Amino acid sequence: MNMSEHTQQNEHKTEGTPLLDDPRMSTRGVDVFYGDKQAIFNVDLDIGKNQVLAMIGPSGCGKSTFLRCLNRMNDTIDICKVTGSISLDGEDIYDRKIDVVELRARVGMVFQKPNPFPKSIYENVAYGPRIHGLVDHKVDLDEIVEKSLVRCGLWKEVRDRLDQPATGLSGGQQQRLCIARAIAINPEVVLMDEPCSALDPIATATVEELISELSERFTISIVTHSMQQAARVSQRTAYFHLGKLIEVGDTDQIFTNPTHQLTEEYITGRIG
Amino acid sequence: MSEKKTIIGTHISKQFDQELEDIRERVLQMGGLVEEQFGRVMTALMDGDADQAALVAAEDYKINQFEMEIDEECVLILARRQPTASDLRLVVAVTKCIRDLERIGDETERMARMIQNSIEIESPENYYKGFLAAGESIRKLLQSTLDCFARMDVMSAVKQMREAYIIDREFHSMTKQLVDRMKKDPESITSALDMMWATRCLEKVGDHCVNILENVVYSVKGQDVRHQHLDEVEETVKQS
Repeated sequence: MNMSEHTQQNEHKTEGTPLLDDPRMSTRGVDVFYGDKQAIFNVDLDIGKNQVLAMIGPSGCGKSTFLRCLNRMNDTIDICKVTGSISLDGEDIYDRKIDVVELRARVGMVFQKPNPFPKSIYENVAYGPRIHGLVDHKVDLDEIVEKSLVRCGLWKEVRDRLDQPATGLSGGQQQRLCIARAIAINPEVVLMDEPCSALDPIATATVEELISELSERFTISIVTHSMQQAARVSQRTAYFHLGKLIEVGDTDQIFTNPTHQLTEEYITGRIG
Repeated sequence: MSEKKTIIGTHISKQFDQELEDIRERVLQMGGLVEEQFGRVMTALMDGDADQAALVAAEDYKINQFEMEIDEECVLILARRQPTASDLRLVVAVTKCIRDLERIGDETERMARMIQNSIEIESPENYYKGFLAAGESIRKLLQSTLDCFARMDVMSAVKQMREAYIIDREFHSMTKQLVDRMKKDPESITSALDMMWATRCLEKVGDHCVNILENVVYSVKGQDVRHQHLDEVEETVKQS
């Protein structure tokens, strides 16, 4: 892409209310490139404290790419370049002084497919607090494990088999275990990349219920392909299209009366 | 703010297009029947034709049938498609509009039954002169309302709301005249009361038309303009 094309693409204006007064995370002028190809164009977006922000859009629109910028997961991709600024509590997360491991403890992530470690249920949850040195005594670790599993609604189901392999759990249980693992280190933000796409409707409902409960303590940003899921779990919704942030607004408004034609077309199933 | 276009027939799922188009068409068919029934009642009144009035009253079930069928189609769309944005608003507006159309059918049936009771009057076209004029205004309002729904024309909807407001004021003066007549000529009380009820029916038909017009605005603009002053409605529609 030449410079004039780049400038033209970046002149796009987001509809709605992408900015907030007192955000947990802020992105300004974020561009993401994979080699020569630009995947994200000039995104200004705030993520509110203790809010669930849903990111929706067609496949390839850049929503997952953008989500991965929020805890620098894209650092692991050599050809990926992120420009602009992204801050957590006012602090630039791309600053050289930032310890990426510590950042990812503050901004946790749950992936599309449940990915428990090939260890016991207990060890999956205990791993984070242990490597981050959050506890000195076993009794404290036990407490964190229990509390995290309780918060994820998994405690009653697994308390009698904590030493058994996590891989023996059902898909829905594994995903809730991954969420328990993410929150065990008490993050400020939890990023979720299509967390229910591999789950059946019952497990999906359980995880959605969990998301609502967790939002009381954590800031959550979720990428989802399910319109109904976005409508059910989030307070704000951001619509991405071809790498641009088209519209951001209250979820209730986005799903009943969106402002932008592209948002309307996507959520009513007029473009794929 | 970007201007949004709402076109039913552009979904990826052609079947969904068809389902939405079907309910829209069915509402228009139902509206056509309601309009026809209303017109027949007015004609029966003008001609003093009790048989025609009886026929209209007997055929109200057809309107009820429409309401139940369209309602069921809407429920199925909600269950199958989980519509959003303009699609959701259209389905919600349809469920409300058919309720209003069904109520217009009920008022029409009520008028038909009243006509049957007072059909022995000679030269009914003279006796019912004021009422028939108001009935004609309401018939035109109903027709325009259905046109607004068919075209989803918001500006015309606001115009018709104004029209309805003017007609509504005429009803107040008609009611006042009937009360005066009853005071002056107590023998006319029975017939004047009949007329009062019939006038009330017409007034309600006008109110249901306004409800439908408000739903046209909601469906197209996503703005709830119920219980707003007409100037505010106009302002809301222009701004959105």
